[in-house]
Amino acid sequence: MTDQMIAPVRPETVDVDAAIGILKERFPDAVKDDTREGYVGVVVERSQLVEVATAIRDELGFDYLSSATAVDYLGIEDSMEMVYHAYRISGGKPLVFKAQTPRENSSIPSLIDIWPGVDFQEREAYDLYGISFPGHPNQKRILMWEGFNGHPMRKDWKEAYYEAELKPFESRWPKGYVRRSEELNIFGKNVAYPADFDLSRLSDDTEASLYAGMGLGVDVEALNSDEELKTDRLVVNLGPHHPSTHGVFRMVVTLNGETIETLEPVMGYLHRNHEKIGERNAWNHNMPFTDRLDYISSMSNNLGYALAVEQLMSRGMRYTPPTYRAEVIRVLMVELTRIVNHLWAIGFLLNDLGAFFTPALYAIAEREKILDFFEATAGSRLMCNYMRFGGVFKDIPERIRSTANLLNDKVRDFETTQYLTQLITETLPRAVDELDTFLTDSEIIKTRTIGVGYLPTETAIAYSAAGPLLRGSGVAYDVRRAEPYSIYPELDFDVAVRYNGDIYDRYLLRIDEMRESLRILKQILPRLERTKGESFFSGNKAVYMPRVAIGEAYGRVENPKGELGYYVVSQGDPKGPQNPWRYHVRAPSFINLTVLGQMCKGQKVADVVAILGSIDIVLGETDR
Amino acid sequence: MYGVGILKGLGVTIRHFFNTYVEDLRYVGKKLNNTQEFERRQGVDSTGLYTVQYPEEKIAVPERFRFVPFLVVEDDDHPERPGHDWCTSCGICPKVCPPQCIWIVRSEDPVTKRPIPEPEAFFIDIDICMNCGLCAEYCPFDAIKMDHDYELADYDRTGIGVHIHDKEKLSKPFSYWRKIAPTTAWEEAVDRGGWEHIDVIKQKQKSGAPIAKPGPTWDSPYVPPIVPVKEEAPAAETAQAGGEAVGTAAEAAPVEMSAEDAAKEERRKKREAALARKHAKEQGGEG
Amino acid sequence: MSSLDLRQLHDTEFPIPDEMQGNLAITSLSKVYNWSRRSSVWPMLFGLACCAIEMIATAASRYDTARFGMEVMRASPRQSDLMIVSGTVTKKMVVPIVRLYNQMPEPKYVIAMGACASGGGPFKEGYNVVSGMDQYVPVDVYIPGCPPTPQALINGLIALQKKIDGQSLANMDDVPWYGVGPSDPVPIPILGPDIIDPRQMGMIREQAMLAAAGQPYGVRELPAVAMQIATKKISAGAAVAAVSAASVVVDAEAEAARLERRQEAVARKRALLAKS
Repeated sequence: MTDQMIAPVRPETVDVDAAIGILKERFPDAVKDDTREGYVGVVVERSQLVEVATAIRDELGFDYLSSATAVDYLGIEDSMEMVYHAYRISGGKPLVFKAQTPRENSSIPSLIDIWPGVDFQEREAYDLYGISFPGHPNQKRILMWEGFNGHPMRKDWKEAYYEAELKPFESRWPKGYVRRSEELNIFGKNVAYPADFDLSRLSDDTEASLYAGMGLGVDVEALNSDEELKTDRLVVNLGPHHPSTHGVFRMVVTLNGETIETLEPVMGYLHRNHEKIGERNAWNHNMPFTDRLDYISSMSNNLGYALAVEQLMSRGMRYTPPTYRAEVIRVLMVELTRIVNHLWAIGFLLNDLGAFFTPALYAIAEREKILDFFEATAGSRLMCNYMRFGGVFKDIPERIRSTANLLNDKVRDFETTQYLTQLITETLPRAVDELDTFLTDSEIIKTRTIGVGYLPTETAIAYSAAGPLLRGSGVAYDVRRAEPYSIYPELDFDVAVRYNGDIYDRYLLRIDEMRESLRILKQILPRLERTKGESFFSGNKAVYMPRVAIGEAYGRVENPKGELGYYVVSQGDPKGPQNPWRYHVRAPSFINLTVLGQMCKGQKVADVVAILGSIDIVLGETDR
Repeated sequence: MYGVGILKGLGVTIRHFFNTYVEDLRYVGKKLNNTQEFERRQGVDSTGLYTVQYPEEKIAVPERFRFVPFLVVEDDDHPERPGHDWCTSCGICPKVCPPQCIWIVRSEDPVTKRPIPEPEAFFIDIDICMNCGLCAEYCPFDAIKMDHDYELADYDRTGIGVHIHDKEKLSKPFSYWRKIAPTTAWEEAVDRGGWEHIDVIKQKQKSGAPIAKPGPTWDSPYVPPIVPVKEEAPAAETAQAGGEAVGTAAEAAPVEMSAEDAAKEERRKKREAALARKHAKEQGGEG
Repeated sequence: MSSLDLRQLHDTEFPIPDEMQGNLAITSLSKVYNWSRRSSVWPMLFGLACCAIEMIATAASRYDTARFGMEVMRASPRQSDLMIVSGTVTKKMVVPIVRLYNQMPEPKYVIAMGACASGGGPFKEGYNVVSGMDQYVPVDVYIPGCPPTPQALINGLIALQKKIDGQSLANMDDVPWYGVGPSDPVPIPILGPDIIDPRQMGMIREQAMLAAAGQPYGVRELPAVAMQIATKKISAGAAVAAVSAASVVVDAEAEAARLERRQEAVARKRALLAKS
């Protein structure tokens, strides 16, 4: 009570601008406003970054670090900077703070003690940008292998197939004599060795460095005591080719008997340079590439990117926000995607638990019905590429109709509204209920999952966990409510929360979320009917190379797997560049894995796959 | 009681199991793959039997389905410009292509070196193409479209024109596009103001020649404009042939389709023959 | 005897010489053998990227590869006949893939599913992406598409079955796994400063020597011949062949093999054209 009387406005509840004011007052030398055109937040002197970050977390209450990423401003400022987006777990706008470093010998103090969730993101910045993080206990490459030449995301690093700085390439038109890129490259394959490359120094120490320090050998202390069973520590490698790692993910675990002592995720086996390609692409080009991030829920990836770029565009001239119908269709697609994803996730969680394929088959069969709708509307089952800046690709078709083109084609013809209504009001609820009956009460599942993979609330927040992983640990944090976008404010739904933080709760949470999604979809149907015939796109649809106003933007959506954020920077051409300067994806699967080692500690080796399955990762997004 | 949950779960499995047979009962005395049954089976309220017997029956793909792009050319029996490209090599598709897999060589007048709105060569590297459909979406001339033919599996990719589709392989007649996407083609025609290429329509509007207008709905039959009969005999014949086509527009479609299939079959046979020859050659070379 | 093409025995009209009577069983045995092989192709349970999702959808109830005897997806390479490379192959991942391929017992087949596995795909320009699985292991069937739909995948599987059907027991080239000695494993790439294919060592050494001598090294320019073609405007089809032939890749053996293959393809194409 006395506290409140002394300070009537508690700093952890003030809005972002006031918080920045407090911060500047406390650190007058270290904290400056970011005055660049189109930028927000503050620039922090890197020598005092740790103190400022501690204040941001403890005094101002921004306890959830959503994203940390590096940007290389070669040719603009000749410096690199780390950009941090900190949020309050109670919701609201982000506090954006940045720390700058020269490009040579770049280093920025690690924030791992303040937000442990920054671990992988700092390793990624080290790997791809070469920024070193003093204070980081495990600073090594994460996506590329140890020994790889250079830091590829730096603007002056060119890959072997480098053709031009920006797309579109000149060589395609009007004199587009076709050739394969291999034929351009002197090596015949896309390799780029350093100029002083020496075969005699050649060594493949990737594996050795990976296993170093994993605690091989006999536990000496246990040998001394007579009572205890003498055990040997054993290093076991899971993946990258393993049926239950959901792709090409790899874990190296140290076992004591059957109990896990340490677990280290190894990734990068599907690192396909999404961000490097994304920075060469034009704004429009990136839309189909986002499909391939989380390839199970392409629609919501599209939405996140569209939101980020629309944020930037809204600062420029001649911008009209998406029409109401466009927003309705977007929410329809995104919520259907959530169901698709959760069906898939539950099916494969059960696979990991040993119920090999029967639950997954039932889930996939229901998923196909949604995919049919996606295919008829967007043109592809998986890679929808449906959202555009300012709307969607095309309106929902009158009929979901397929005509015969090939031999033996079987034709189908459904009325779209009828199909959707039936899907949303009957088929999908029935499918969710069936899955519920099928699995929820099963004693085997309960025994395998209750109390396993426990993630406490505080750890979940500190490790920047997102999505079902966070909400399964009792935090009602959902971007749709915390920082609403699209038409979510006018929709009636609850944020599903479970409190035990184990695999079982994460499973139950996904069932809950599917039910909430269905609740949203039932509200979408009348809106869809009401807006029929209205425009689904604002602006001029023939503009194929939009110019985007200068500045930065962070657009985020609640993806089925967690918070998906796009950090985009538009720099260069004063008229508004055609290409993003920086295109970063805050991938929920990637950051959720930070806490995997913590969750697995002390569990049995057979539980690891189940814990991994309950996080629900997809490698396209993890490795990008 | 312990075990009830498992039994409940197994109940679901058993229901699924029996549903398949209940479903089978519906087909007693009927052909398993008749069209109405297929539609119901693959529809939203299906239970039980769900499998598509792929090579024997295929789920037809919807209109907006996108696979590898193709180029629209005029039909071979087009009275004015048979086989003419719709593409004007304006260069928008190679610009919007995200992985930059489209290559166009623009035609030049051999004398004046001025560009002619027509591609000399057109390539799409389908090993890079991501089937995103942006080229088709932004083409102002409706000249590049996404194909529906997904049966492209091949034994070799480096051969000429195998996975780098050239103009010959990419070009498909406009009637094919109308066949695979009747609604979309109609919508586009309404936007253009006629069934023909937009440049032709503009020209005809200037000269006052009749334009083939799309009907009020997508499935209204194609009515070509009445072309004034010229005096030369061959021209009259073509006009007559055109007139016949008007009357039999409905019947013409299946004939056309089978012709298309025949061409496809032909291509397939050729490919197989080539492969067989390759085998034979390899054997001969070794022995 | 030796000049006789045993393949002709498949033709029923072929007059069977007396001395061949005893061998007649071989051809029908081939058929039975191939029928049993193609009806139980067990793929490896192995997904790489986006295409893997479609592969799983293909194995699920709607498309159901069990109809082709392919439902048994084995997690161990030792038990599988077919590797479906379903997705983008990265340089980091190609090492385990080649290792897995070497561990598969003969006869083994590889399907490159989708654009990425066939030839690099949309991510081809990236620094960590391999331009096609066939750069490292022989690929039997390519399925274009990004991603191929389940039906397209099954179409590819059928193509593989056809390929198996075409392999004759009478021809040792078709069934080399009955030959003498073990088959040579594919050399496993090394992750150095960039990926290093041991088969390219000669070329790399040469380049390294050039670098040491201060010569231009790793120049990325349009090869001179390609420039000529671009200015002279040789017809496009010929340009493809000529540019490839003119590329400066120097691993002589691989290059010779490639040239030979290309020439063969050209000859085949010409024969086809002449026929039609």
